[in-house]
Amino acid sequence: MSADQSPKIVIVDESPIRAAILEEGLREAGFTQVVHISEMQSLLARIYAVDPDIILIDLENPSRDVLEAMFQVSRAVKRPIAMFVDQSDSASIQASVEAGVSAYIVDGLKKERIKPILDLCVSRFNAFAKLQEELERTKSQLEDRKIIERAKGILMKVKGLTEDEAYVLLRSTAMREKKKIGEIAQSIITASEMLK
Amino acid sequence: MTAPLRIGFIPLVDAAALIIAVDKGFAAAEGLEVELVREVSWSNVRDKLNIGLFDAAHLLAPVAIASSLGLGHVKVPIAAPFNLGINGNAITVSPALHAALMEEIDGDRFDPMVTAKALAKVVAKRRKLGAEPLTFGMTFPFSTHNYQLRFWMAAAGVDPDEDVRLVVLPPPYMVDSLANGHVDAFCVGAPWNSIAVDLGIGHILHFVSDILDRAAEKVLAVRQVWADKHPDVVARLVRAAVKGAEFIENPANLIEAAQILAQPERIGVDAEVIQRTLTGRLKISPDGTFRESGRYLLVGREEAGRPDPVQAAWLYAQMVRWGQTALTPEGVKTAMAVFRPDLYDAALGRRPPEQAPAAFGAFAGPVFDPDNIRGHLEAFEVGRWRT
Repeated sequence: MSADQSPKIVIVDESPIRAAILEEGLREAGFTQVVHISEMQSLLARIYAVDPDIILIDLENPSRDVLEAMFQVSRAVKRPIAMFVDQSDSASIQASVEAGVSAYIVDGLKKERIKPILDLCVSRFNAFAKLQEELERTKSQLEDRKIIERAKGILMKVKGLTEDEAYVLLRSTAMREKKKIGEIAQSIITASEMLK
Repeated sequence: MTAPLRIGFIPLVDAAALIIAVDKGFAAAEGLEVELVREVSWSNVRDKLNIGLFDAAHLLAPVAIASSLGLGHVKVPIAAPFNLGINGNAITVSPALHAALMEEIDGDRFDPMVTAKALAKVVAKRRKLGAEPLTFGMTFPFSTHNYQLRFWMAAAGVDPDEDVRLVVLPPPYMVDSLANGHVDAFCVGAPWNSIAVDLGIGHILHFVSDILDRAAEKVLAVRQVWADKHPDVVARLVRAAVKGAEFIENPANLIEAAQILAQPERIGVDAEVIQRTLTGRLKISPDGTFRESGRYLLVGREEAGRPDPVQAAWLYAQMVRWGQTALTPEGVKTAMAVFRPDLYDAALGRRPPEQAPAAFGAFAGPVFDPDNIRGHLEAFEVGRWRT
């Protein structure tokens, strides 16, 4: 790799969405040579064929251990991995592990070119995790709404309340018990099923 | 209660003492609140332990040593106050390789020297025919599986770096890789060998206890600095693990232990398969042949839980033999210092046993002497060690 060329980056990730988010970020930052590998079969051979300078892999991927073999000199490895990230830079390691991504730097890449890639990686991984969290929250909110509707129905039928009164009763009980309204609603459903 | 502990593990049967210690309440009885975190790779376990996301971990013994030596990754001194397992691995081969080996076999097929010689003949034959070299799967560059495979085949002159291919495969992928011909054989822990046999795609050629009578496998690992800072927590953890190991080794608890370990958030395989491993009675062939060994996996019996620094030195010697590091006096010292029988003894409030721990009982080579690793390595023909 000459100095003016963009380093070759391989993304090993079975999640196509996360890989796309990361790839887009890297391209925007001017890293034009990005290859995504989603197939884990013969992973080393696939990486060998691309001959990258940096390999990024998500930590949910069991194949991470396969990459560790690249530290060893063998016929399967064209250029051995020189390092994981800088030995002295424990903050970088911590940030990437917490974000759920790991970077392997192949011998020959200049140190100062690594950090921006790693930083970008960490921020994109964190962004993806946040996205997923929001999705989960929306899902559970929807789920809660359904449960509250059912609990209101039960209260209206059993206690002869209007819809508004049923909701007020649920809410005031939740406040008194210091619980979420969804939890109270769930216990009403459970109780009514037991009493059937 | 002390601060909650996060402990990482890989879903393998040799995490049993740790899992039982938590799930049977032995850890809680020691005043420990423990969250067990199931992981997918040894690299993750190592990294999360190293940076403090885990307080302790179920770890491959050689990874603990490599971490202390700074091999393959950041140098973080590790202390192992408890040995989670002795032995427990097996070598499984594809039906095709099994047939080829049996054709060449000359003697007892459970004798590793006999099978290694048969392997040498198969390798030579394939070379003559211009066939691809055989591929063996193992779990990690710094793994007992890697060293056990190498130790076995090299005894008959098969060079593991020249005559065959050794590849790293995550344990859950081993079986698939054997089925689709990506590898011809693998060395891995339980339950994966049994699963290959049950699916009819593999034969268990050896229990690793055929090759080495007593080999340290996984350890309970903590950071050295953490152990220095929290000696009391380490002692409680060791006592809980000892109780977990005792529970497992009591035959009356076999079914309950297997059921706990089989839970989806623990090892997540059939309880019956786990039972086979714990009793050492394994189906070795798809035709239903069983083989039993009292040495298949030692969780607590025969002092298995007490870390033996000589075992650490042997693992270091394997790293040297296969060119992963150079032989130095400091290296030996650092490796041996990872295994901490002193912490184990202190936790149990007992004096070191007078009798030395049982030896490796390797099927080839001279008796191992940690004070003369060089002399030991010189006795082996195949190797790429340097000083």
